[in-house]
Amino acid sequence: MGNASYILSVLTFFPLLGMFALLLLKGDDHIWIRRLALVTSVVEFLLSLFLLRAFDSGAVGYQLQEYYDWIPGLHIHYHMGVDGISLFLIILTTFLTPLAVLCSWNSIHEHVKEFFAMLLVLEMGMVGVFCALDLFLFFLFWEVMLIPMYFLIGIWGHGRKIYAALKFILYTMLGSILMLVAILWLYRLSGATGNPTFDLPVIQQMLGQITLPWSTELLLFLAFFLAFAIKVPLFPLHTWLPDAHTEAPTAGSVILAGVLLKMGTYGMLRFCLPLFPRVSHQLAPEIATLAIIGIVYAALVAMVQTDLKRLVAYTSVSHLGFVVLGIFVFNPTAMEGAIYQMLNHGVSTGMLFLVCGMLYDRRHTYEMKEFGGLAKSMPVLCGFFLFACLSSLALPMLNGFIGEFMILIGAFDKHPAWAAWAATGAILSAVYLLWAYQQVALEKITVEKNNSLPDASPRERVILIAGSLVILFMGIFSPMFTHRMDATTNALLDQVSRGESAEAHTNRVAPASGHANIQKQSKHELAMRSVTLERRAQP
Amino acid sequence: MIPPLQDLYRVAPELILCLFGMLIMLVDPFVAEDRKRSMGWLGFAGTVVALISLRWAAENQGPAYSGLIRMDAFSLFVHGIVIGVAALAILGSFEYLDQENLQHAEYYALILFATAGMGILASATELITAFVGLEMSSISTYILAGFRRNALKSNESSLKYFLLGSFATAFFLYGIALVYGATRSTRYEVVSHAIAGPQGAGMLLILGLGLIFVGLGFKVVAAPFQIYTPDVYEGAPTPVTAILACGPKAAAFAVMLRIFYSAFGGASHIWFWAIWISAVLTMCIGNFAALVQSNVKRLLAYSSIAHAGYILVAFVAATEIGIAAVLFYLAAYAAMTLGAFLIVAHVGGTGERRLDITDYAGLGAKQPWVAACFSLFLFSLLGLPATAGFLGKFYAFQAALDQRLIWLVVIAAINSVIGAYYYLKVVVAMYFWEPNQEWSPAPMKAPMFAVLALTAIATLYLGIWPNTVMQWATNSALSLH
Repeated sequence: MGNASYILSVLTFFPLLGMFALLLLKGDDHIWIRRLALVTSVVEFLLSLFLLRAFDSGAVGYQLQEYYDWIPGLHIHYHMGVDGISLFLIILTTFLTPLAVLCSWNSIHEHVKEFFAMLLVLEMGMVGVFCALDLFLFFLFWEVMLIPMYFLIGIWGHGRKIYAALKFILYTMLGSILMLVAILWLYRLSGATGNPTFDLPVIQQMLGQITLPWSTELLLFLAFFLAFAIKVPLFPLHTWLPDAHTEAPTAGSVILAGVLLKMGTYGMLRFCLPLFPRVSHQLAPEIATLAIIGIVYAALVAMVQTDLKRLVAYTSVSHLGFVVLGIFVFNPTAMEGAIYQMLNHGVSTGMLFLVCGMLYDRRHTYEMKEFGGLAKSMPVLCGFFLFACLSSLALPMLNGFIGEFMILIGAFDKHPAWAAWAATGAILSAVYLLWAYQQVALEKITVEKNNSLPDASPRERVILIAGSLVILFMGIFSPMFTHRMDATTNALLDQVSRGESAEAHTNRVAPASGHANIQKQSKHELAMRSVTLERRAQP
Repeated sequence: MIPPLQDLYRVAPELILCLFGMLIMLVDPFVAEDRKRSMGWLGFAGTVVALISLRWAAENQGPAYSGLIRMDAFSLFVHGIVIGVAALAILGSFEYLDQENLQHAEYYALILFATAGMGILASATELITAFVGLEMSSISTYILAGFRRNALKSNESSLKYFLLGSFATAFFLYGIALVYGATRSTRYEVVSHAIAGPQGAGMLLILGLGLIFVGLGFKVVAAPFQIYTPDVYEGAPTPVTAILACGPKAAAFAVMLRIFYSAFGGASHIWFWAIWISAVLTMCIGNFAALVQSNVKRLLAYSSIAHAGYILVAFVAATEIGIAAVLFYLAAYAAMTLGAFLIVAHVGGTGERRLDITDYAGLGAKQPWVAACFSLFLFSLLGLPATAGFLGKFYAFQAALDQRLIWLVVIAAINSVIGAYYYLKVVVAMYFWEPNQEWSPAPMKAPMFAVLALTAIATLYLGIWPNTVMQWATNSALSLH
């Protein structure tokens, strides 16, 4: 393993550097604190773009690896690397962080320095999670990241913020502590071959060669899966999310929805599937069912929300259900769709939360009945709001469509009924999002204050335009993204197919050709989207 | 008869601590009432010299006094912990004793004597010598616990500690008698030979071991002998509580390791389940009881019970990794607990009136650095990665899993999440609650600040670059056999 590149370490720890620089500034020097935080996060974003150049999309396996001894006594190494799954998640993180900084520009008045310091530590943790290839290192970033988020919600949140913060952290810790036990158990298993290690690729290889007893594999899988399912969150485990999202400050919600939830699905792709393919296959129907229940249930709950931010929070549960479904149908189209949908959701929902935050800055409420007719007083902001809604409800030409469509196609191949049920979620999403938009932006102005609200400021326009451009770009040039994922997804599925042999029932389509078809299809069928979905809803 | 020089080197730390202790007592009458703090500096100097003397001891390892004591890597490691704790606790006591008007030389002398006793405990390879060390450290700490003579709670603390502690040492002594009866010796190696011999571990030996476990379980606060802990820890002057939680615990674990591994290693199948059950009880009782505490000092007392349970988890795994994990945990625990209790002493103010969790409201705004340090210690106690506490737990769990103790580890893991709730409660108070405007803690003085800085650095250092200490712990574990 070569040490030719330092880019991942630089990317991970650069925000920490910015954080220390921030701590040197005076606490009341708000302007420079904000500027420094912005510069740090923008530079970080630009640095992360180098990844795109350095990344070889044809190669299989981890790239840009770094490998050093760290704690030899416990066989812990400092091992970083990226592949087609983590590459864009890192860029998503570095893209959303400057937006989070910008959207907090005027809405944070207390402990400004600490706020941005926390945000940068959070960024370090997130990038670290996506880069880490040593289980210990991964767990370290995974847990360390909780603390800044906990403070972001608890100090700068609204309403029942303390309750939400505690619920968030305890829920997540409960999941991850069992993962820790599973990690230690894997370490022990790897010791059986004479060379105990926490190194993910090595453990992966080892598990490929030996067959674990079924019960062991099941318990290990469940320990990992529980941690990730809480994070996603999968249906019965989602109750922490609406509270945390609603009470968090805008920047917190953006990061939470945009990146933190993806760590759950990322974990499934990175650990559950390749390490325990047999159990993954065996439990796939149950997991997919939970995902579908989540899609429909969360969509129905979202429809009856009166609080705009809570509504957006529930859309996350619904959309992440799609991602989990896409992962557990084991088919390259759906899997790439799932990865793509992770990115889409990050950008679209991030943008919805940003709009929520802008509305809150003006009116200090999220209650939709307090709004109404805002399109008159704030045409620009409401235009972007509509755009974000459309992206989130998967309008063709916009990013959300590609992801959902690929997932549904893949799911249809496996199990038409799954696709049918999931598709109802896609329809419902149009209902609740357009409903929300109608209540907020259209109709008559009922509250006097809404007449004189200022429209989007230049700072807000920069945020919204940046988000919208990415949405549009991802909607039109999706192959630019997906072709970098091809090698990884196919390798992953090949690996998972080890477990498939244990299962008689399979209908995975041929990897490469199936994928190419979908790319073509998605372009042709842009306009026929709603028709297709409805047809699929009635198999 | 003058013992050979080599033997003196092997007890050098104890000699130095006792000499400085006596020196303090002798000089004390000649020091003016308002300059008693200089005695504290003398005591601190004593601990520093004792730490330096560990070098000579390290160069002259081996048995001393015809095999009553053994200076080896294991003993050195424990010496490092207990003397380090004493040094930092002395520094951290200045402010407290001034504000309580308790600045007396005996305080420092007693700390030194107690530490010398703990040192003997760590080195002893014979039960009576261990008993002498145990009594030396216990009697000194009984007095220290009641050092706030005018405070009822402190008197209660001292009395409870003394009465129950006497019972415990009596059990210990009875156990020694039984072991002697069975093997005609009190030396660990003889006991170990007897167990390996044709007779095996007879009834008398097992009974003796059980009684010894009662005595030592009391000192390491293992359930069901932990009952006294919250009252004693709460009533004792807070810097003394800090010592109680770190020093005697480390020393008692050390002697327990020596007795259970070196002497009774052959009978591990017999004591395995006793310790297993005790570990589970200790963790659960400590954590569940801590959940409902609103007094931070009491909360930390319960947390100290819980941590004894985590250490026992590593203890159950009767391997070299297990021993190394126990030792590493003791070092990590000493750093974070010492810091946490000293902050409680600092915030507590005159008469220790500010111990409730509501008194910590808004500490993050009032004294950001104190709050940041306290958060670090609490996160470390909670077991968050990149801190000493996490690596301690990680190491302990790993050692236990190595022996396939999966359920024990799962129970421990779930316990550590329960622990997260009450540690975070304090963090919530410090950062999320509105500050109490009518009162804030006194500004921090330099010695206390230095102690906090050192413990905080140690907590991070052990969490991120544990290699050196881990290597020492491994060597110590190897030297035990």
